[in-house]
Amino acid sequence: MELISPTDIAKRNVSSVQDYASLAWRALTNLFARPLYMADAIQQADSIGVGSLPIVVLTGMFTGMVLALNSSNTLERFGSLSLTGQLVAISMVRELGPVLTSLMVAGRNASGMASEIGSMRVTEQIDAMRALGTDPYKKLVTPRVISTVFMMFFLTILSDLVGLIGGYLISFLLLGLDTFQYWNTAYQSLTYNDVVTGLVKPIFFGFIIATVGCYYGMSTRGGTQGVGRATTQAVVAASVLILAVDVVLTQLMLSIK
Amino acid sequence: MGSPLQFPSAAAALDTIHKAIIFDEVSLCFEDLVLLDGVSFELKKGETKVMLGVAGSGKSTILKLCLGLLRPDSGHIYVLGHDVTTMKEEELFDLRSKVGIVFQESALFDSLNVRDNVAFRLMEEKLPEDEIEARVREALRFVELENAIDKLPSELSGGMRRRVGIARAIITHPEILLYDSPTGGLDPITSTTIIELIMKQRDVSKTSALLVSHRLQDGFMLASHYYDPVTNTMRPVDGRPMRDVRTSFMVLRDGKVIFDGTAHELAGIQDPYIKEYIS
Repeated sequence: MELISPTDIAKRNVSSVQDYASLAWRALTNLFARPLYMADAIQQADSIGVGSLPIVVLTGMFTGMVLALNSSNTLERFGSLSLTGQLVAISMVRELGPVLTSLMVAGRNASGMASEIGSMRVTEQIDAMRALGTDPYKKLVTPRVISTVFMMFFLTILSDLVGLIGGYLISFLLLGLDTFQYWNTAYQSLTYNDVVTGLVKPIFFGFIIATVGCYYGMSTRGGTQGVGRATTQAVVAASVLILAVDVVLTQLMLSIK
Repeated sequence: MGSPLQFPSAAAALDTIHKAIIFDEVSLCFEDLVLLDGVSFELKKGETKVMLGVAGSGKSTILKLCLGLLRPDSGHIYVLGHDVTTMKEEELFDLRSKVGIVFQESALFDSLNVRDNVAFRLMEEKLPEDEIEARVREALRFVELENAIDKLPSELSGGMRRRVGIARAIITHPEILLYDSPTGGLDPITSTTIIELIMKQRDVSKTSALLVSHRLQDGFMLASHYYDPVTNTMRPVDGRPMRDVRTSFMVLRDGKVIFDGTAHELAGIQDPYIKEYIS
């Protein structure tokens, strides 16, 4: 096996970051350039948003349920079982709703984008597109970024709501909590900052999912094996980047409280 | 569109009026691998140049450089009077409308049917639907595939995909056509059909063309036959002086041009490598 020098590895990594930054920048600036492929964006929104509905609903529901179960176990010791709604609401809206929805959408769509664009890359369809006078960044990347950001926002809201319903089902059916008590504490506990934090995060996460998926697709090399590698790398990189950016955003939003 | 030529003093002698493509000392490396090493050649307007060479000799790279899909490390490439090595990607999109390319594996968009593949550029230009329909049918009629208009690429044979690739390349009536191994991997009968189409395009539309091929017989067939529009077939030139098929040959070896001349000159070459290659 050929050994690669650490300098070459460092150079390659820096070059990858540079290429990713360049793609992300082009995706952003293309929002203000013509032509804007809105039909492609709507088609992608259908595939990303509507297509991800089942996994987002199920993830949100089970997360809300498990949150209620776990928190009730601790709260019961302090005689504060009535605060279950509050804990589920804050955890879902601030953190778990946006992050888990993003991770699910990343698993489903970052991989889809990487494999679709990667297949186009290795079969010269991207070159053909450029040869036919169409900018693949405008045609393929920007519509995916628009639709992922847009749909992530609404998928997160849905996930939060379903999570709260999941928490309510456990609280009502297993813990014997009152319906009004659950929803009232859940509603009362949420501050403006919690809601804004929960709605800002999916915008960033959606951008990460689309740009990382497209980046790995666009930089695919090496035939079908390369497509497989790009798909895996896209999911891993998008997931890690979402969690890293989550830390930064959480700290940022807490500081402007 | 890129600015008109402003030649550096060394390139002042280059004639871009009568030349469709000029390569001027073009070199390209990928990491440690030298793909092209000081390649210079010219393609006259209306001429078809057949590029021969073993796999990895740099033939397909030359085609991608012509369209600005790759950038050389050094040297200049002039396409229809524009230096593509100094043009931005956005400027190249306009120039590319005058250059058609047929890719090695056709590179058809697999999610679009034949009609949408062929009409891709016209749809991007937002032409009226009836004009698009008429031009798509005209292009498909040229490659004799009008009945496959609603099929997906996956439903077509290899030869049919190449023909759709040709239809997609010619739909804008380009001034230059680039063919990347259009007969590669095809059976002899289908290969002859493809060469006949290339010949038809050459003799009917007088388009300049660069053709990459591994098959010497493709080149010699182009150099020794002409397209007869009356019988809709190709016919041998047989020494007819009035039939100038305007076809020349270029041989590449390890990223260098080792031969550039006519079929007659190629047949009489003494270079042992080329002799072995063409034998």
